[in-house]
Amino acid sequence: MGAMADGAASGGLIELRDLCKSYGRGEKAVQALDGLSLTVPAGTLYGLLGPNGSGKTTTLRILCTLLAPDAGSVRVAGRDAIAHPRAVRRLLGYVAQDVAMDKILTGRELLQLQGDLHHLERSDRNRRIAELVELLGMGEWIDRRCGGYSGGMRRRLDLASALLHRPRVLVLDEPTVGLDIESRAAIWTVLRQLRNGGTTVLLSSHYLEEVDALADRLAIIERGRVIAEGVPAVLKRALGGDRVTLRVREFSDAEEAARVQELLQACDGVRQVVVNRSQGYSLNLVVEHDGVVEQLRRQLTAAELPVFAIAQSRPSLDDVYLQATGRTLMDAELAVAGLRDPKAERKQSMR
Amino acid sequence: MTSANPSLDARPAEPSALAEISQETLALTKRLFVQLQRRPSTLVAGVLQPLIWLVLFGALFAKAPEGLLPEGMSYGRFLGAGVIVFTAFSGALNAGLPVMFDREFGFLNRLLVAPLRSRSSIVLASVLFITVMSLVQSLAIMVTAALLGYGWPGGGGLVLVLVTLLLLVFAVTALSLGLAFALPGHIELIAVIFVANLPLLFASTALAPISFMPTWLGWLAALNPLTFAIEPIRAAYAGQFSLSAVVLEAPYGQLTAASCLGVLAALAVGLFLLIRPLLDRKLT
Repeated sequence: MGAMADGAASGGLIELRDLCKSYGRGEKAVQALDGLSLTVPAGTLYGLLGPNGSGKTTTLRILCTLLAPDAGSVRVAGRDAIAHPRAVRRLLGYVAQDVAMDKILTGRELLQLQGDLHHLERSDRNRRIAELVELLGMGEWIDRRCGGYSGGMRRRLDLASALLHRPRVLVLDEPTVGLDIESRAAIWTVLRQLRNGGTTVLLSSHYLEEVDALADRLAIIERGRVIAEGVPAVLKRALGGDRVTLRVREFSDAEEAARVQELLQACDGVRQVVVNRSQGYSLNLVVEHDGVVEQLRRQLTAAELPVFAIAQSRPSLDDVYLQATGRTLMDAELAVAGLRDPKAERKQSMR
Repeated sequence: MTSANPSLDARPAEPSALAEISQETLALTKRLFVQLQRRPSTLVAGVLQPLIWLVLFGALFAKAPEGLLPEGMSYGRFLGAGVIVFTAFSGALNAGLPVMFDREFGFLNRLLVAPLRSRSSIVLASVLFITVMSLVQSLAIMVTAALLGYGWPGGGGLVLVLVTLLLLVFAVTALSLGLAFALPGHIELIAVIFVANLPLLFASTALAPISFMPTWLGWLAALNPLTFAIEPIRAAYAGQFSLSAVVLEAPYGQLTAASCLGVLAALAVGLFLLIRPLLDRKLT
């Protein structure tokens, strides 16, 4: 495949540089992207991790030429997506987050329509549909009307329609959100197969486990910027030893947390102490070895502080996120959950 | 370097634009017809409504006073042309609805991520679909009117009827598609369709001749695009197939069939030019 060659020539198959995008005007303007840059190497399965509202969907919509950025550049295989959208559309397959189906058509009719929009030859189109029906296990229901499909069926059909033209890059926006475990596993398997076959896969997710299990590389997005990027294992290793979550009380106050933080910081073998303000001012520590935990207990007892809970774990992507933002992904999710306006979001995506 | 190499897409040669555009347009048109076939209620309603007009209004004014209509024409025969035009008009006015639903449900985005050779294919498919549908509906009304004894335009007259309807359908489809992209949602679009529909019918020569109207309404009717479609068709039904025949005594002068067709053609072209910037903006 030529994918490697031209990917290497420009550094990455997908190159996003300094993307800015805001919605609305004046007082109500929301800055969705704030100088986001990203390089996706050819042949990788790349994860975009971030809470809802962090700019993942906007990034993917700009990449797929559905949205023009206010500033910044988009290149796919060396092509400028803003100047040559049609060339880039041929290279991309896009699976959007909320799947729009034509309820009246059957799955097969929808795929035929999609194939014609990609100008596939009829025999090639039909052969390709048969392959994908087989690959995604859609044989039983592909000739039924889309209106009756479950979430998992719709997502698989959408994946098939994005793959019809054998795109070099498959872009998926939260591909497994709200799916049953079986459909999720099926989609994961297909994504891995595609990557092994040379397709570059870029997916967004707010599921840590998903990105951890699937991605060769990932970028963590927060407030429209990339705040960490790399290979998951390397990012985790960079954080150092085990994580310890410690609470002296079920709910401490800021002052007490600061006091304990100072105390623990001074301990031998403790590398770092972060106060997790969103979880009752619990303390997240990085320790160098197992023995440190016992030592911490003794220190706290000596300072006449209780220990409500203490837990130890290997570093996870959540720790990578916490390290970069001072809150866990779950808390970030909860914080924005109430702020989203589904109506405004629907409008943004409407032409 | 990659950017200097235009054949990067691994396509031996760019296939002809015409082949690609017709493949897209046919696929999109086919979708609309499959929808219609599986959900024929719009087609049926589109025929039923004018049919009711024809039967009820025909009966209501069957005893229209002597001298109301030119040359002793029966009211049913007079009304026929109006109802045929009204059928085509309301069919075409709905052209924007499927497009609006595609915008709202995000199906349009699915079309827009595909490498369409020309995004006009989306518009073209709607125009093709609505033209066929409106003509089928109008023909159904024409056949019914013939069965009711209101006559049938012969030979050249039939061609005149079809050309007139075609021009009207193009113009109204352009308007409706423009509204479908300009308005925020289907509620607003339906409201506009609802408000536009009946007043345009009443302020035309569909139900009564201009001589029967008060002056102000006569002026409105003489400027109403529906009138420009109704009068040539009425003339065709009366057996005059001549483009230079005077078909309407408008307050501002006499109108020939040719000038009516000219106005309709100009309207269709003008509206398509008017909505083009809007479509370009929404479809890129």
